[in-house]
Amino acid sequence: MTTSSGPRAQPALHGSRWTPYRAVLGSRVRSQASHRASFGLDLGSSLLVGIVELAEVAVLFTSVSAIGGFDLAAILLVFGLADLCFSVADMVFGHCDNLPEYVRTGRLDVFYLRPQPLLLQLVTSDVSLRRLARAAVGLVALVVGLTVNEIAWGPGAVALLLLAVLSGTATFSAMFVMAGGLQFFLVNGSEMTNAFVYGGRYAATQPGSVWGRPLVVVFGFFFPMAFTAYLPVVTLLDLPAFAGLPGWVGWAAPVAAVWAWLAALLAWRTGVRHYQGAGG
Amino acid sequence: MRPYALLVLAGFRQQSAYRLAALAGLVANTTFGFLKVAILLATVEAAGGELNGYDAGSMAAYIWISQGLLGSVNLFGRTEVAERIRTGDVVVDFLRPLDVQGAAVATEVGRNLFALLPRGIPSVLVGALVVGMTMPTSPLPYALGLVSVLLGITVSVTTVYLVAATGFWLVETRGVQILYMVVSGFLAGLFVPISLFPAPLLALASATPFPSMLQYPVDVLSGRVEGVAALGLVAAQVAWLVATAALGHVLTRRGRHKLEVQGG
Repeated sequence: MTTSSGPRAQPALHGSRWTPYRAVLGSRVRSQASHRASFGLDLGSSLLVGIVELAEVAVLFTSVSAIGGFDLAAILLVFGLADLCFSVADMVFGHCDNLPEYVRTGRLDVFYLRPQPLLLQLVTSDVSLRRLARAAVGLVALVVGLTVNEIAWGPGAVALLLLAVLSGTATFSAMFVMAGGLQFFLVNGSEMTNAFVYGGRYAATQPGSVWGRPLVVVFGFFFPMAFTAYLPVVTLLDLPAFAGLPGWVGWAAPVAAVWAWLAALLAWRTGVRHYQGAGG
Repeated sequence: MRPYALLVLAGFRQQSAYRLAALAGLVANTTFGFLKVAILLATVEAAGGELNGYDAGSMAAYIWISQGLLGSVNLFGRTEVAERIRTGDVVVDFLRPLDVQGAAVATEVGRNLFALLPRGIPSVLVGALVVGMTMPTSPLPYALGLVSVLLGITVSVTTVYLVAATGFWLVETRGVQILYMVVSGFLAGLFVPISLFPAPLLALASATPFPSMLQYPVDVLSGRVEGVAALGLVAAQVAWLVATAALGHVLTRRGRHKLEVQGG
């Protein structure tokens, strides 16, 4: 970028290529923080979502001590990891879910007119800070899970955990982008993508050992939800993995993230090219 | 009553226009259904094949009937009338020779009844074919179950109307709606049957109208609760229907006086 040669009359162009995105995101953050009461309510309900989701899982363990070879302590790790990653992905990419509305109102056509990548504009058009509260529930569950389980701590365990958080967040983000790409075709049928976006989140909080073969194919590999939390925990706690996979399989989480993003970008590209606008 | 019956029919027909939406809902419902099957049947197995009165067959029945009802029972808290109250369009509704609450509820019930065809029945069929679920062999649970399902759908509509009616005072009801959405599914027994809840949580759930929307109809229709106990659940539904409808009536009357609309 040769920013210094930009004309002085247009200060907006003067700066790095990220300036417009930063300006939009900054305004979204300020607007959410300025309505204190509303933001507080949003944070509160988002916190409640996280707590209720944790309760859905924990309630089962009041009747049994282990499900699919996972006790409550191990499940806390799976839930914490999955929900932390999902909430962060939801905060940044979640409004890809609003695409049908952007299409209907014509807001998307405006994005097409700007000389910037469409996906980058969509992603930076909003950021849902309230999801921070839900991410906090995931983080607390993860930290509690890390303290109550017997973990052979060392550089390896720390590296695996960091890798799992980064890959998991990337994988969930890819699900939102993939859903966005498919929305160009579905419009009225937008609920279909809930199957792998929110269904995926639900799958990610389960121990994959309870799945039958079809679910292993769908949520173990095609939508690689098992790699966001279950398989890293299998490796971390040295438990047996599903489908006879080796114990180190948790290290393959980045491979799953790359696969998810390849599929997501393919869906997105196809969708963007398919879109014709409604005119007007 | 005739105008309200026509509104039920209109809502039913309106929803039939969105076929792709219905298919999309079915796909999402079924996916969640299979995930629920995986975790809940593993839980039953871990408990030694029987868990608080649920075996594999009756747990499968709970899962697929509740997934089937999901399209017809409003657990999201969103309604058209909430938006009309927010924008002030509800003024036009007040001018009509119809009860505002009655008309809104009738239209919504019609829409939700339609959803039983593309989402409810196929969901239950998928469950019956793929997983195998225990269903009653005598006709009585089906007859009472049908009444219970209708009551469940209506209770959800009259309760969501209350969410919308807070708009007369709050204008923007998104916060209330999100709160409704967060607690309703859990307390209605959507992810875990409420009979598996620990006692205090079960008491809390039973003190709300939410189990009347999902858990009770599922229990009655699947035959898990029979005889006098089943009649008791239906009676609880009727009580919640009367309570929520009466409260909605009061809120509508008070709200009408509170309503301020700028116009010209």
